[in-house]
Amino acid sequence: MKHSGYHSRFGGAFIPEILQTTFDELEIAYLTAKDDPTFWAEYMHLMGTYSCRPTPITFAENLTNHFGGAQIYIKREDLNHTGAHKANNVMGQGLLTKRMGKTRVIAETGAGQHGVATATMAAKFGFDCTIYMGAVDVERQRPNVFWMEQLGATVVPVTDGSGTLKDAINEAFRDWVTNMDNTHYALGTACGPYPFPDMVTWFQSVIGTEAREQIQTYAGRLPSRAYACVGGGSNAMGLFSGFMDDKEVELVGVEAGGRGPGMGEHAARLAYDDASVGVAQGYKTYFLQDKDGQMQETHSISAGLDYVGVSPILAHLHETKRVRFEAAEDKDVVAAMSLTIKKEGLIPALETSHAFAQAFKEAPEMDKDEVILINQSGRADKDIFTVADALKDPKWEEFIIAKAKEYSNA
Amino acid sequence: MLEQYIRDKRKEKDLLLMTHIVLGYPSYDHSMRMVESMVEAGVDLMELQIPFSEPMADGSVILRANAEALKSGATVEKSLEMAEKITAAFDIPFLFMTYYNILYRNGVTHFVDNMKRIGIQGSIIPDLPPEEAEEYLAAMAKNELCPIHIYTPNTSEERLKFLGEKSEGFVYVTARKGVTGKDTAFDQDIADYLGKCRKATDLPLALGFGVKSREDMEFIKGKADIAVVGSESIRVMEEQGVKAVGGFIKSLIL
Repeated sequence: MKHSGYHSRFGGAFIPEILQTTFDELEIAYLTAKDDPTFWAEYMHLMGTYSCRPTPITFAENLTNHFGGAQIYIKREDLNHTGAHKANNVMGQGLLTKRMGKTRVIAETGAGQHGVATATMAAKFGFDCTIYMGAVDVERQRPNVFWMEQLGATVVPVTDGSGTLKDAINEAFRDWVTNMDNTHYALGTACGPYPFPDMVTWFQSVIGTEAREQIQTYAGRLPSRAYACVGGGSNAMGLFSGFMDDKEVELVGVEAGGRGPGMGEHAARLAYDDASVGVAQGYKTYFLQDKDGQMQETHSISAGLDYVGVSPILAHLHETKRVRFEAAEDKDVVAAMSLTIKKEGLIPALETSHAFAQAFKEAPEMDKDEVILINQSGRADKDIFTVADALKDPKWEEFIIAKAKEYSNA
Repeated sequence: MLEQYIRDKRKEKDLLLMTHIVLGYPSYDHSMRMVESMVEAGVDLMELQIPFSEPMADGSVILRANAEALKSGATVEKSLEMAEKITAAFDIPFLFMTYYNILYRNGVTHFVDNMKRIGIQGSIIPDLPPEEAEEYLAAMAKNELCPIHIYTPNTSEERLKFLGEKSEGFVYVTARKGVTGKDTAFDQDIADYLGKCRKATDLPLALGFGVKSREDMEFIKGKADIAVVGSESIRVMEEQGVKAVGGFIKSLIL
């Protein structure tokens, strides 16, 4: 049989029989597009005219001086339309959806970024759109739900399981097994059954390709270390793929350390020892599961990293030691975000701030002529509710209380 | 062995009935009583589902049953113990239905050896296509257990043949797209599709997904060998209690 969807022992396609044909079609569409230079040209044109590509890299001079170690450069994926690297994947899958002649897209979303990005793509391409979102997340992320609905998407709250990202993925699959004839499932990260991990990485590789060239132009050399946060792993795979063959560049993936090690306290599949290899949601990787294979609750201050599994490609790169995995705890993440906002006027998302937190731990120990590169995968200004809570800002709380009174008196 | 049992039974009956329960839902005691009332009512074979936290191919009824079972403390070990008691107490074939991670975490070969030991005759693993199933299929063959694969309305003719070759005992045919527990319109399309399935394999065919009435059973008679009632009997138990399940099953049997 055909598929080569493995990265050493990780990956595969553990899919229900009903989706075999759909995955065959998707694989063909993906491989055909990959071999077709006009597809990539169309993609780059779209990203250049709709989503601010190429995104710049920024030299963080104040942070560099503050830590007195390595020179800190930041790849600005936050400048994408809808505020995160998610657009790279979604617009690519939108073009593929069009090529496959489908008229409807569905997606899962945790914090809402991928949902907003997918709804935006659907609006632009004229697709019907349904977004599955854990009921818990719908409660926490009303502003993103608001925008998805304004963009014309139907947002379905998922109450089953833990009511979070993994349950939204299950529900999206349940929709897909019914509606595959006209529907494409735009999976949001480099996880899931083959070809999703490879395909999402391909679209995100635009980050690393640009960054490699830019850092050589501006810093005059390759970075000693490149940092990216890791939820499912798509922004990390995007950045890392640009430097994969540069053995002198150490790649550092930063997971959600939450409240520290111990099952249920974090979402670190590779940096901590709590995860084990399993098969769920259609692929084989490290999962936070019990000995029976039941998925466990995870915790992170950032909904976007709060997920039981991790990209099979990253699980592979962890085993080959090409990527070093670390975990940043909630408290260090909030501190790193605040510092970046104050020193640089940049507002990294909570997810992204994990990468900053780890880089800040390591930069002071490094030589001044060394260069490090951090992927700012998203911006936080649109997540004002979550960030204000994380920063425990009393004035914001007063404002919300007053605003609520205004509504209840109306 | 399973195939022969089905063929022998078919000499007595036009259509066999297979039912489905989730082990440990709402408790293991309930599971035992459900099996008892189903067997007494005349069910010919049964699927015992070992609960999993991510039952991707199941609809809301069975999905919630999985979650509730786990919440009330169901484990793989307890499910195997219960299954062993069930196979010892009742004289019909029992199959496991579960998701691959349950086998994988247990050690696939170890799990299959255990199936044999406790008297389970085969299994349906909906997220394990034959392409990913080398170890599983080898262990099943070694133990002479039946791996049962699934036909769906959009499976190509070539793949119907391939899946038939990889199956033993019978093939499970889903009457429509989608997940378990939703309505199915039993119409000419399904009859045509069953005809295609029949051509692709010599194994008996079991038709499931949305089967819930005597009328559905009448439709299936002559087109498949076994009708599968899954979500509906769980729904009956939830709404009317275990005692009502026997009556519901009897009302289905032709």
